[in-house]
Amino acid sequence: MFNVDDLNNMHLDVLREVGNIGAGNAATALAKMIDKKIDMEVPTVKILDYSDVAGILGGEESVVAGIYFNVSGDITGNIMFLLDVKSSKMLTGMLMGREDCSKELDEMDRSALQEIGNILSGSYISSLSTLTGLNISLSIPSLCIDMAGAILSVPAIQFGYVSDKVLLIETKLREGDDLVKANFFLIPNAESYSTLLNALGVYD
Amino acid sequence: MQNIIKVGMADLKIVRFPQILTTLGLGSCVGIALYDQKEKIAGLAHIMLPDSKQIKNNTNKAKFADTAIEILLEELLKAGGSRNRIVAKIAGGAQMFSFGGNSDVMKIGYRNVIATKEILDGLKIPLIAEDTGGNHGRTIEVYTDTSMLLVKTIGYGIKEI
Repeated sequence: MFNVDDLNNMHLDVLREVGNIGAGNAATALAKMIDKKIDMEVPTVKILDYSDVAGILGGEESVVAGIYFNVSGDITGNIMFLLDVKSSKMLTGMLMGREDCSKELDEMDRSALQEIGNILSGSYISSLSTLTGLNISLSIPSLCIDMAGAILSVPAIQFGYVSDKVLLIETKLREGDDLVKANFFLIPNAESYSTLLNALGVYD
Repeated sequence: MQNIIKVGMADLKIVRFPQILTTLGLGSCVGIALYDQKEKIAGLAHIMLPDSKQIKNNTNKAKFADTAIEILLEELLKAGGSRNRIVAKIAGGAQMFSFGGNSDVMKIGYRNVIATKEILDGLKIPLIAEDTGGNHGRTIEVYTDTSMLLVKTIGYGIKEI
């Protein structure tokens, strides 16, 4: 049975690289979409206690938009694309060609956000699929705008079945003028780690 | 503000008046508050999963509804609580994301609430108020002197139950 504590440094390096390639493609897709330069930070593989999970997004009560996908096929799990509320408004504003990006998100914006998540997660997954030769598909997006703690409880609970720690492969994207900041989390199910690492040739 | 004691995810704590317990950003997890108002003591658990018996890795007792409630009750009795005065209030158990053809994982909030109620019932602890379900997060505060449970949300207002 897979255990988060069994991962060695090489495994973590490979998972980091997975985040790098996936999010790199997503960043390119985002840059094309809004016609702006997007910077990507070096991905991090975070192994966190539950109590620290929500803290990584600026506190449990900070409002964020989470777009969540089921991953199925040779590996199973989830992808979560997270934006703070300000970034969500900027991003939808840019796409809709609005000057004023302060207005509350309406149904149209929510739908646009899901579509953005869809395109970015799609490019993340397709690069991952090419890299590993694994067959991986994505569900339709599900959007939730709420407290960071509440949104992150969803992946945390998935880990809760097998571990007292949460493993997140996180990549941060930011638009050149710092107007849009996004986080990508790849959350494979426990049994998919061995498949993923195997496909990349670093696991027995 | 040191009177406010924070309970994290998969965590539980007991306090005495004038201290207040809080847990922030409950999603599919359930916040379980037990009160003895006469003694002005209360406990709060932030559970993630319904049942420790279904899971091998179950060392963290505060993670599961069944074991967390047992410990909470024990601790309250140790702190001077009276078994027949202890009552419960719960909040949380939302479904944050939904997909067509809901999987078990997505229904975990609902299952957490059902399990919590069954365990309280089994232990004959009256459940006197709840704010559960829906698809939004909740921050809760537990007041020992009035047995009030304050529920704060984003866009769904503030409730006292």
